[in-house]
Amino acid sequence: MAGLATALGSGAMTNSIAEISGAKTILAIGTNTTQAHPVLALQVKKAARNGAGLIVANPKKIDLCRHATIHLQHRPGTDVALLMGMIKVIVDEGLADLDYIATRCENFEQFLASLAEFNLDAVAAITGVDQELIAAAARLYGSEQPAATLYCMGITQHSHGTDNVWAIANLGLITGNVGIPHGGVNPLRGQNNVQGSCDMGGLPDVYPGYQKVDNPDAQQKFEAAWGVKLSETPGLTHSEIFDKIHEGTIKSLYLVGENPYLSEANASHAIEAMEKIDFLVVQDIFLTETAQLADVVLPAATFAEKDGTFTNTERRIQRVRAAIAPRGEAKEDWRIVTEIARRMGAPGFDYNTPAEIMAEIAALTPSYGGITYERLEEGGLQWPCPTIDHPGTPILHTERFSTASGKARLMPLSFRESAELPDNEFPLLLTTDRSLFHYHTGSMTRRVEGLEQLVSEEFVKINPADAAHLALVDGEMVQVSSRRGTTTAKTKLTAVCPPGLVSMTFHFAESPTNMLTNAALDPIAKIPETKVCAVRVEKMTA
Amino acid sequence: MNPVTITIDGLAIPAQEGMTILQAAQANGLYIPNLCNHPDLDPAGLCRVCVVKIDDWKIAISCKQPVKEGMVVSTEDPEVQRVRKNTVELLVANHPMTCLTCERDGNCELQRVARYVGLEPTDLNRYRRSVRSLPMDRSNPFFEIDHAKCILCGICVRTCDEIQNINAIDFVKRGVASLIGTMGNKPIAESRCESCGECVVRCPTAALSPRHRVQPMREVKSICSYCGVGCGIRLGVRGDQIVGVQGDRENPVNGGSLCVKGRFGYHFINHPERLQKPLVRKDGELVEAEWDEALDLIAEKFSQHKGEQFAALASARITNEDNYLIQKFTRAVMGTNTIDHCARL
Ligand code: SF4
Ligand code: SF4
Ligand code: SF4
Repeated sequence: MAGLATALGSGAMTNSIAEISGAKTILAIGTNTTQAHPVLALQVKKAARNGAGLIVANPKKIDLCRHATIHLQHRPGTDVALLMGMIKVIVDEGLADLDYIATRCENFEQFLASLAEFNLDAVAAITGVDQELIAAAARLYGSEQPAATLYCMGITQHSHGTDNVWAIANLGLITGNVGIPHGGVNPLRGQNNVQGSCDMGGLPDVYPGYQKVDNPDAQQKFEAAWGVKLSETPGLTHSEIFDKIHEGTIKSLYLVGENPYLSEANASHAIEAMEKIDFLVVQDIFLTETAQLADVVLPAATFAEKDGTFTNTERRIQRVRAAIAPRGEAKEDWRIVTEIARRMGAPGFDYNTPAEIMAEIAALTPSYGGITYERLEEGGLQWPCPTIDHPGTPILHTERFSTASGKARLMPLSFRESAELPDNEFPLLLTTDRSLFHYHTGSMTRRVEGLEQLVSEEFVKINPADAAHLALVDGEMVQVSSRRGTTTAKTKLTAVCPPGLVSMTFHFAESPTNMLTNAALDPIAKIPETKVCAVRVEKMTA
Repeated sequence: MNPVTITIDGLAIPAQEGMTILQAAQANGLYIPNLCNHPDLDPAGLCRVCVVKIDDWKIAISCKQPVKEGMVVSTEDPEVQRVRKNTVELLVANHPMTCLTCERDGNCELQRVARYVGLEPTDLNRYRRSVRSLPMDRSNPFFEIDHAKCILCGICVRTCDEIQNINAIDFVKRGVASLIGTMGNKPIAESRCESCGECVVRCPTAALSPRHRVQPMREVKSICSYCGVGCGIRLGVRGDQIVGVQGDRENPVNGGSLCVKGRFGYHFINHPERLQKPLVRKDGELVEAEWDEALDLIAEKFSQHKGEQFAALASARITNEDNYLIQKFTRAVMGTNTIDHCARL
C-alpha cells in the first residue's frame, strides 16, 4: 500500500471491477485470482474470452494460466527484474507513451537511467524466463490498450514488496494506462474489509482517510473533534508489537477478530508473545487458537447480525445489514468498544447506531465526506466521495494524481534477491497461497461441513521430479521444516509447482504453515516475506 | 443501435436493432414461453418452446430471430400453439410427476410453460414414457443432480462455459441416452467443478438442486463477508437462522454471481461452537463470565496500561464502524497510535 501511495498518491485499486472485462490486455501478477477472488476472476476470464491478451506472471502454473495468452513463470521473488525488463523492451521499441509521461509523470530521466541494468540477457538469467517470452509480453502490454494490471499478495508479501509495487506502477505509467477506463494498477485486497480497515485508520501512522498522525493540522482536527490530546508519534506495526511484548514494554493487547496464531509469519514468535503478555483480550466469534491464549474472550456478532459498512477492493462502500439477532449474549464489535470506553470514563462513545458512527466518520474523513446510509441504499459508493452530492469515483487519477505535485512518480529500481534463498540445508522454496474452498485461518470455513468435505487438510504441493528425488509418493505425510520451525502435511504431486518450489496454504491449524515462514519485513510497507522462504521436505521420522 | 418497432399479437412495441424477438418481448414485459433461454447466456435455440409466427407465414424460434422494422409477430397463431404444445408434451413425457415434494415447485420454468401452453391430463398420457432411472449424483456436498428431472436445456453447460469458463460439465452420450455429466462421466465432485452453484441457480427445473434447502421466510440484502470483492448477497432467514444465500442481481459488483464460499459458506453463523458468553481466565482456565465482570476487568487493566504499554490489533473482517471505533478508542482513550491489523493487504 505504502508503495502505491508514494508513486500515485493513493494505495487503492485505481479502477473498478466491472471495468476489467473491457480491458484489451490484462497482466495478472502475483495473484491466484480464480482461487482468492473468484467472482472478480470471472471478469478476467470474460475479457480473455472476448479476445483480450492475458499475461499471467506467476511462478506456479495456476488455474488462470488455462486462459492466458502468455504465462511468465518467473522464479519467486524476481518480479522487479521481470517488470523492469518488460519496461525496458517497451521503451527501447518506442512503445512508451511519451506524451503521457511528459504531462503526467515526473522523474523520467532518473528512471530511464535505472533501466540500464535490465537488459533481456540479465533479466532472463535472473527470472529464468525465456527472453522472447518477456519481449512478447512487453509488446502485448505496450501496444494493446487499455491494459490493466492486477496484483495481490504474491507481490506485496516480500521483503522487497514495495519495490515490486513500484515496478508495477512504473509499467502502468510508462504505457499511459493509469487514469483511463479499463486500465489501471489494481491491488486486489484479500480479506473482505482490509480496504475499509485501512481507510478507517486501523494503521499506526494515520487517522481515518490516511491523514498522518504527525501532521499537526490532522492532529488538531482530531483533537478538536474528540476533545482530547492526541499523540503525534506514529505507533508500532503488528510485527513490532510482538517484539515489544517480548521486550516487556507492551502489557495489554486488544485483539479484535484476528487469529495471529495461524496468520502471523514466523508464528511461534507471536504465540510466545501472546503467552507472555500480562493482559490479552480477544474479541471474536469463535474460540480461535489465539483466543485460547487470552485472559478475557469477548463474544462478537457476525456480519449477519449487525448493521454497518464494508469497503471492497474497488473502494466501494456497501451496506451490511443485520439479518438476525446476535447469538446468545454476543454483541457487535462497535458496541463492545463503547462499553469499555464508557467504563473507563471516556467521553465521546455514546453511539446508539452504526449510522451515528458513520456520520462522525464522514465529518472527519474527506474521502468519505459524502457517505450516509441513505445514499448507500442503491449499490454503494466508491471513494473519494467528498460531498453529499458527489457521485463517487470509479476511476482514480483521471486528471491529476493525488501526490503533492499532482504528477505520478516513476521509481528507479534495482533488483534485490529475497531475504532467504534455498541452500544445501533447506533446498526448496516455499510459497504460500489460498484455497478456493477455505478462507484465511479457517475459523469460519472449517466450520462449514460441505467445505470441509471438499478440502479438509493441508497439502504440500510439490513437483513430481522433486518428489521422486526425495522418494516421496502422492498423499504421503511429510515433514516440512525451515530455519524457524517444522510442520507436517500430506504431499500433492503436481506440475502446478515447478521443480524447486513447494506451496502450502495457511488455513489449517493441524499444519500451521506460518511456523515456517520468514518474518523479514519490507522496510517500508512492513509486510513480512511469507511468499518466499527456504524449506526442507522429508519423510516422517517414525 | 437503431430503434425499431415491431408488432407482437397486435401490440406495437419498441425494440433495438440487434435484439431478438424474445429479448424485445421480455424488455416490454411480454411472456413468450421458453426453457433453454437465460438472460445471462447466449441464445441456444435448443428447446424450441419459444416458437412464434412471423409476418403470417414463417414459424421461427424467437430466441434466435433478430427483430426487423415493421415485423409482425404472432405468439398465439394456431400453428404456433400446436407446435409449441407438442414440444412441451414431449418434454414432460418422461418427467417425474412429483411436483408437490419437488424443490422447485412453484418456481419451476417447466411447470410455468406447461401451464401456459395448457396441458391437459389427457395430453400427459399421449407420449408418456417411463421416468429415466439414472442414479442421482450426490457427490457434491452442496447440490445434487437428478437426471430424471433434466430437460437437457443446456443452461448449466453454458453457464459453466460462458460465465464461469470452467467447463466442468457437458452433454455426455447422444440421442435418447443424452445426459448432463462430467468428463469421463465421473461424479461431479471428482471433476474440475468449483461448486460455485451458478448452474444450480439457473437450472429451470430441479435437475440441479441445492441439498438440504430450507425455504426462507424473509430475505435481507447484505455483502459477502469473505473476500475483498464484496459481492452483494441476499441472506435467507427462517426463524432466527440463516438458511441460505443468494447472489444479489442488483449489486453492481457481482450482478448476482457468487463463489462457493459466498453461496454455501454460511453455516458458521449458526454453528454451535459460536461464542455466546464472555470468558475470563480463572486459575489458568477460561470460564464463562457475565459481561459486567469481563468489561470491568478490561477497564481496570486497560486503565493501568495506557500509552506505550497498550496495543490494539483491529480486523480486516469487521465493519468500518467497528474499526473506526477501535482506532478512536486506541488513540483517544489509550493515548497511543499503536493500532494495526494483521493482514496488510
Ligand atoms: S441440469 Fe438443468 S440446466 Fe442442466 S440441462 Fe438439465 S434441466 Fe437444463
Ligand atoms: S457448480 Fe459451477 S463449476 Fe460446478 S458445474 Fe456448476 S457452474 Fe460449473
Ligand atoms: S462470493 Fe466469493 S468472490 Fe464474492 S465476495 Fe464472497 S468470497 Fe469473494
